[in-house]
Amino acid sequence: MTTSIKKLILGDQGLLVIFILAFALVSLTVPNFLTERNMLGLLQSVVTVGVIACTMMFCLAARDFDLSVGSNVAFCGMVAVMASNATGSIFLGILTALAAGALVGLFNGVVIAKFRINALITTLATMQIVRGLALISSDGRAVGIDDPGFYQLALSRFLGVPTPIWVLAALFVVFGFVLNRTVFGKNTLAMGGNPEASRLAGVNVDWMRIWIFTLQGFICAVAGILLASRITSGQPNAATGLELSVISACVLGGVSLAGGRATMTGVIVGVMIMGIARTS
Amino acid sequence: MSAYLEFSGISKSYPGVKALSNVSFGVRKGAVHGLMGENGAGKSTLIRILSGDAAADEGTVRLDGETQHYQSTRDAFDAGVVVIHQELQLVPGLTVAENLCLGRFPATGGVIGFSAMYEDVRRKLELAGISVDPTRKVAELSIGERQMVEIAKAVMLDARVIALDEPTSSLSSRESEILFSLIDRLREDGRVILYISHRLDEVFRLCDSLTVLRDGRLAAHHETIKGVTRDQIVSEMVGREISDIWGWRSRPVGAVELEVDSVHGEKLPVPASFEARRGEILGFFGLIGAGRSELLRMISGADPRAGGHVRVGGVEIASGQPAEAIRKGVVLCSEDRKFDGIIQGRSLEENILISSRRHLTRFGVLDLRQEGQVAETFLKKLRVRTPSRKQDIINLSGGNQQKVILCRWLSEKGVRVLLVDEPTRGIDVGAKSEIYDILYQLAEEGMAIVVISSELPEVMGICDRILVMCEGRISAEIERADFNEQSILAAALPDEVTAASVG
Repeated sequence: MTTSIKKLILGDQGLLVIFILAFALVSLTVPNFLTERNMLGLLQSVVTVGVIACTMMFCLAARDFDLSVGSNVAFCGMVAVMASNATGSIFLGILTALAAGALVGLFNGVVIAKFRINALITTLATMQIVRGLALISSDGRAVGIDDPGFYQLALSRFLGVPTPIWVLAALFVVFGFVLNRTVFGKNTLAMGGNPEASRLAGVNVDWMRIWIFTLQGFICAVAGILLASRITSGQPNAATGLELSVISACVLGGVSLAGGRATMTGVIVGVMIMGIARTS
Repeated sequence: MSAYLEFSGISKSYPGVKALSNVSFGVRKGAVHGLMGENGAGKSTLIRILSGDAAADEGTVRLDGETQHYQSTRDAFDAGVVVIHQELQLVPGLTVAENLCLGRFPATGGVIGFSAMYEDVRRKLELAGISVDPTRKVAELSIGERQMVEIAKAVMLDARVIALDEPTSSLSSRESEILFSLIDRLREDGRVILYISHRLDEVFRLCDSLTVLRDGRLAAHHETIKGVTRDQIVSEMVGREISDIWGWRSRPVGAVELEVDSVHGEKLPVPASFEARRGEILGFFGLIGAGRSELLRMISGADPRAGGHVRVGGVEIASGQPAEAIRKGVVLCSEDRKFDGIIQGRSLEENILISSRRHLTRFGVLDLRQEGQVAETFLKKLRVRTPSRKQDIINLSGGNQQKVILCRWLSEKGVRVLLVDEPTRGIDVGAKSEIYDILYQLAEEGMAIVVISSELPEVMGICDRILVMCEGRISAEIERADFNEQSILAAALPDEVTAASVG
């Protein structure tokens, strides 16, 4: 009896079992937990962590690390707001923010892959630099949005479910596919498993790392835009400590910090556990 | 005389594999007992059970008639069973004596009496016939000396059973000889020695009795080694007759495929040039550090070159770009499988397809069905023993891992030159001859194959032509008809060594 319970919890699907148990427990003990309103609230609350966990998963699976995500989210939120205000076009604002985020990621990737500087050190530095940029550009204050249409990014609903949740769901699907069904995903896992063997097997390891970080930066921008829309302003101090929540969610989801192991379902469950732990 | 150490009916399963099934045999007191078998035959599992590292599913281990129940390696230790693993378990930063006394320092009120400790250890080492200075740091010792220290540890613990797992794998022949005389002395003391080795010479030199395992079963048990022949042991290990493990056959050799023209680099300053032809198996022999691996790594793009040209079928290969070399048909099976060959934690399928899957994709999206088929085809072709292609590669034996790496390159399209560095290192006899066979087939299909090996019989056995390297330069070229152990060795040894041995 005890051994089978042990097997269930410590086995491959252990995390899912724990999640279901936790979910059931919280549903029973916390009043109003299982309501539609609360469920949507829960999902809303994990959007930022969940969106970034998608690409952080790739980073970790490739034996890398990105600590700059929190700062990058704040920075991209600022850029989105300020560029929208300056150009008068939300569309251009978003585009600028996406480009800015990707640029930060590209910078990380190039420094790490080409100059061979440790990912921890590199992203620790960009974390400070990017946060600094966000603070300087806004003078340390929150920046409001001129066009109220910007709020609609986070407020609008489709089939009764807020847009950010749809974005999150879409990213889960897309990155799950990328991880399992594309050369990019498989090469990421191979690189994390054994970088030297992968290089000799013809994987362009440098190029892969640059892409992974650029993608990470781009996704940070997506999260930053959604966050800025939800808090109706660009906040230079938004999303502090986010990097650790994201990495925790990934690790909870069974992504190996030593690289080479990651599953999308694991990360989704990890994100949800973080969500439940925080909201209830 | 009845058995002192007795295994009876030992079975053990791991997920997907039956590692041992119903293994029973006994070992007398004062005997060196050989334990042989191919990789994956179950030797290590048996040793793990003996040392309390794993529990048998069925069966018992008896020591001097008492059934042993070990919960941990500590229990086995206390019962007097010591296993000396290939990876030695010493603390490098401590001295020999400190290592030997670790866990039970002679101390009064927490203060170690160093002079007494060194004196005591020195006496005990002398008694055991081990000449290692107890005050030296383990980090400064050679591997052979470290092995001695490990054995000394077992002796000082008064171990009744000492199991040695491939103790000579990294020892020089002189160091091995010292080890053997030490083992002889342990035998006279009346201890039980379990000696695990691939090397038949050693087993004949040392062992009194012998057990051969195959596929987790007892294949043979010889109460005395007298009258047992090498061929007999080999066929017991492999389960079939192997008359000529090389099985070389002549084949047509075609035009020049690989041209290496004064290639040199950081680790190989002297420019090296040679050619390899279609259908030819070209061997590189030399001492470790002669520059063979460095040369092949530069050819395959694994390391950058400082200068020189590499051409395959007339097409120039750029320096330091493995991906390009692969596209142009040059692939390298490197020497250190663990470090830069296998991808740990990933399945066989993924290990095979890492390079060749680019032929199977559309817009970067994988075709999983086709990938499965390709993996399956090559696993079958190379007879890789595995329950499934989804198996993590780390669970395979060395020989099967090597075959998977070969699968990786066979599944690649348009390979013209196959560079193989130590293709059979750490691989057992049966798998070796299978790998040779694969190399012959590929050569017959017109590939140019370059093999590095440090085993002279192997290079002489399988190659059509041998290039000998010595201290970073190619020192001789010998055709198969002129193969001769002496001349190859002479070319491989640096001048002063030859001069010394002659004079």
